[in-house]
Amino acid sequence: MSNAWRNFNGVLWQEDIDVRDFIQNNYKPYDGDESFLEGPTDATNELWNQVQALQKEERAKGGVLDCETEVVSGLTAYGPGYIGEGTKDLEKVVGLQTDKPLKRAFMPYGGYKMAKEAAETYGYHINPKYDQIFTEYHKTHNQAVFDAYTPEMRKARHAHIVTGLPDTYGRGRIVGDYRRIALYGVDALIEKKEKDKLNCGDGTMTDDIVRLREEITDQINALKGLKAMAEIYGYDISKPAENAREAVQWLYFGYLGAVKTQNGAAMSVGRISTFLDIYIERDLEEGTLTEKEAQELIDHLTMKFRMIKFARIPSYNDLFSGDPVWATLEMAGTGLDGRSMVTKNDFRFLHTLENMGPAPEPNLTVLYSPRLPEAFKRYAAKISITTSAIQYENDDVMKPFWGDDYSICCCVSATQTGKEMQFFGARANLAKALLYAINGGKDEKFTNKDGTPMQVGPEYAPITSDVLDYDEVVHKYDQMLDWLAGLYVNILNLIQYMHDKYYYEAEEMALIDTDVRRTFATGIAGFSHVVDSLSAIKYAKVTAIRNAYGVTTDFKIEGDFPRYGNDDPRADQIAVKLLHDFIDKIKTHHTYRNSEATTSILTITSNVVYGRATGALPDGRAAYTPFSPGASPSYGAEENGLLASLNSVAQVPYKYALDGISNTQTIHPDALGHDDAERQGKLVNVLDGYFSQGAHHLNVNVFGLDKLKDAMEHPEKPEYANFTIRVSGYAVKFIDLTREQQLDVIARNAHQIL
Amino acid sequence: MENNVQGRIHSIETFGSVDGPGIRFVIFVQGCAMRCQFCHNADTWDGSKGQLRTPESLVKQALRYRPYWGGEGGITVSGGEPLLQMDFLLELFRLAKKEGIHTAIDTAGQPFQDHGPWFEKFKALMQLTDLVISDIKIMDPAAHKKLTGVGNANIHKMLRTVSDLGVPLWIRQVLVPGVTDSPEGLKAERAFIDTLDTVEKVEVLPYHTMGAYKWEALGLHYPLAGIDPPTPEQVQAAEAILVPGKDKNSKQTA
Repeated sequence: MSNAWRNFNGVLWQEDIDVRDFIQNNYKPYDGDESFLEGPTDATNELWNQVQALQKEERAKGGVLDCETEVVSGLTAYGPGYIGEGTKDLEKVVGLQTDKPLKRAFMPYGGYKMAKEAAETYGYHINPKYDQIFTEYHKTHNQAVFDAYTPEMRKARHAHIVTGLPDTYGRGRIVGDYRRIALYGVDALIEKKEKDKLNCGDGTMTDDIVRLREEITDQINALKGLKAMAEIYGYDISKPAENAREAVQWLYFGYLGAVKTQNGAAMSVGRISTFLDIYIERDLEEGTLTEKEAQELIDHLTMKFRMIKFARIPSYNDLFSGDPVWATLEMAGTGLDGRSMVTKNDFRFLHTLENMGPAPEPNLTVLYSPRLPEAFKRYAAKISITTSAIQYENDDVMKPFWGDDYSICCCVSATQTGKEMQFFGARANLAKALLYAINGGKDEKFTNKDGTPMQVGPEYAPITSDVLDYDEVVHKYDQMLDWLAGLYVNILNLIQYMHDKYYYEAEEMALIDTDVRRTFATGIAGFSHVVDSLSAIKYAKVTAIRNAYGVTTDFKIEGDFPRYGNDDPRADQIAVKLLHDFIDKIKTHHTYRNSEATTSILTITSNVVYGRATGALPDGRAAYTPFSPGASPSYGAEENGLLASLNSVAQVPYKYALDGISNTQTIHPDALGHDDAERQGKLVNVLDGYFSQGAHHLNVNVFGLDKLKDAMEHPEKPEYANFTIRVSGYAVKFIDLTREQQLDVIARNAHQIL
Repeated sequence: MENNVQGRIHSIETFGSVDGPGIRFVIFVQGCAMRCQFCHNADTWDGSKGQLRTPESLVKQALRYRPYWGGEGGITVSGGEPLLQMDFLLELFRLAKKEGIHTAIDTAGQPFQDHGPWFEKFKALMQLTDLVISDIKIMDPAAHKKLTGVGNANIHKMLRTVSDLGVPLWIRQVLVPGVTDSPEGLKAERAFIDTLDTVEKVEVLPYHTMGAYKWEALGLHYPLAGIDPPTPEQVQAAEAILVPGKDKNSKQTA
């Protein structure tokens, strides 16, 4: 037995790669409180001060501190990089994306034009030699997708009936099992992949086998590259990690390799907390590590995650505001055997928000169950109240589908660590589709060159009556969704094919089983507005107002109607049916590589962009204004308070949206109670109540409207430098949002009760 | 028991966090005979408005929020003035207790009568009530009449009765600078509170202006226009007099 595995229990994980088995056999559940935690070391303070100074400089320079123009990013493209030359010995965890902190890499394989534009936006010019290399000699993912798009697809994209597609950027959402490097060392992983390659196919060279053989080879090469990358920093990661510090470092190298080779929309870290605790506990017991040093390791690892950056184009920032990378990292959860998986390390990760202040990354996610230890629940609530930086996802609804070793691969979507990958596919605009149903596929905003409405959807007969009839609308909407689901799935099939071909995630896939399960993640935008619109048509009187071309561009609404967000089954049942119908339609279609289709109701900050492209709706939402994000009820719809709103969202069944149902709520601190203990207790009550009813996700913000307004007007105040808020599925620094998005966040919170 | 009784309801708040222990399902009833100058729910005064709801439907609705209550929460009836709808309250709390729900009334006490059929009903109601929350407004009778439009003798009687019946009390004082914050008045109030046996909590609530817009919406002149909320120091000074445990010489613990 390797010395690296001394005092570890279990058999299966030693015979074959099985990190879950290792965790289950070795982790120590912790049900105590946070009193054991240690503050930051001098080294942590020194390094974090340097990073904060750099972040300040970055903001002053318009959002980008430095940008590569000469070197194409890759595992070994750079020599070693440190936060500061003079302080490199203080860094317990080393490794940067480029040679300098916060310098953005040149990553052209997703799309050369975009990589070039991203640099130029911030005043940097990519060496022109790359024009020829990446147009003449080598095709990029983006070029390939547009080569194959049909005219209908281009039109749908232009009109934003489908939006946010990963055709101009990396699809992301693949979580390599970075823990494997620490537990097994790279050599063992290479050996396993070599074996898989030998066992790949029976010699008959079908398309699938040829592709897989090439992919495995790419993976093996990536693993070799990873070793070389670590060597640049003076580490040999061919063998398993011997102690906690090495385990943290080995694991981080795995993640670093991913972000050096891919600039995916979401580059998640995964479920590493409980795993690393096993190493820390062993060192603590052996007397080779103190709690202070353990916290320092976690602080430094977290600091590195906080520094991950990509060069993005303005239209990307529009979709995903605030420069997120979704370095999502999970804590807690429960095992299949019912034991809590909360360890001391879960406290340590939350404690980074105290030791180094609030920050949007890593996207700290608590896998929640009402059965988690009370002390941990209260500590998480405390951190939510003081930082608004964490999100909660319901372990009890995810575990039956994904087991007890899943990671969150974006904002809220689960994926089995090391066993699955996901084809990310943005979202379809179901609100616009409702207008298409009414207008016979004609767009309400986008026109042809001669000013006539653009025919984007199929030219079905439009609704011609003035007062909308519910049954007629539902029938036509159903037909329009049939069209949209088919088109959408096929756009994604095309995109995923090209991404595999031109921008394959070899490094991440090298850390996932060769026999991988694939999910195909579709998504929905405009959810609450469709629900409320259908409810308005059913329960109130809605009259269409048409323009000169007969296209309905506005609605007159008379009478009251139930809205989603009030725990009113009349509206909530419409919500459930809408989701169920949509996923059923998606599932009728062939999906690339026989992946399993799922859907989500989450929009990130793209609710603003989708809304901007969509006309007035029968629920009273004005044209071109933001949608409500994710599955959150529409602004102002909630009339019975927070819990009625939560109950409505909790009605939406997770089983129909296995990619996630995102909900964001902001609570005024005074509404939670008068003192800290009361606030923590009540927030725990809220989480227990919400998740015990089967709800999937909750972003919790705790602050007042006054603070948002002040931060918008006075972003220079020092107290707002790290003011973090949760938006749909991730956290951002509020001052990094566009003004339009800041106003949207404020509008969404204007109704909050004191 | 009346089976057809209905309540006049102003609105529902599913996430009440200050009107009783834990998370409360708060039923705001419509109608109040007092005209407190600092009222932040002036839109609940008119007893002819509101939505008619049966106690059954309200309890059924409240139960949807039980998952959030943990070991503490429950139903609070606020208003408006709950005691103006005695029959409704009795039936509502009877049904709530059948479900084992913690019940609280947030009342100003104005309708209280210490005799006759009303008093019998009140005693029956107290059997079904786990907590009475009451706002004392101001001790001096003349000032009380001026501030609220009614006298306070029966309000004090109600608090005494609640105490005698052994029902826990939370006493509140809205602190309006220059109106309800005189040290003498607060001292007198404290002396009164000290005679009650079931007081679990005394709270000083800083007056706020967030209800002022409702007066304007109702076409009413807002009598406290121009008065600012108290400073934290003013609140602390009042608490030092009024709140057991926050005064230096207190022997009592709340």
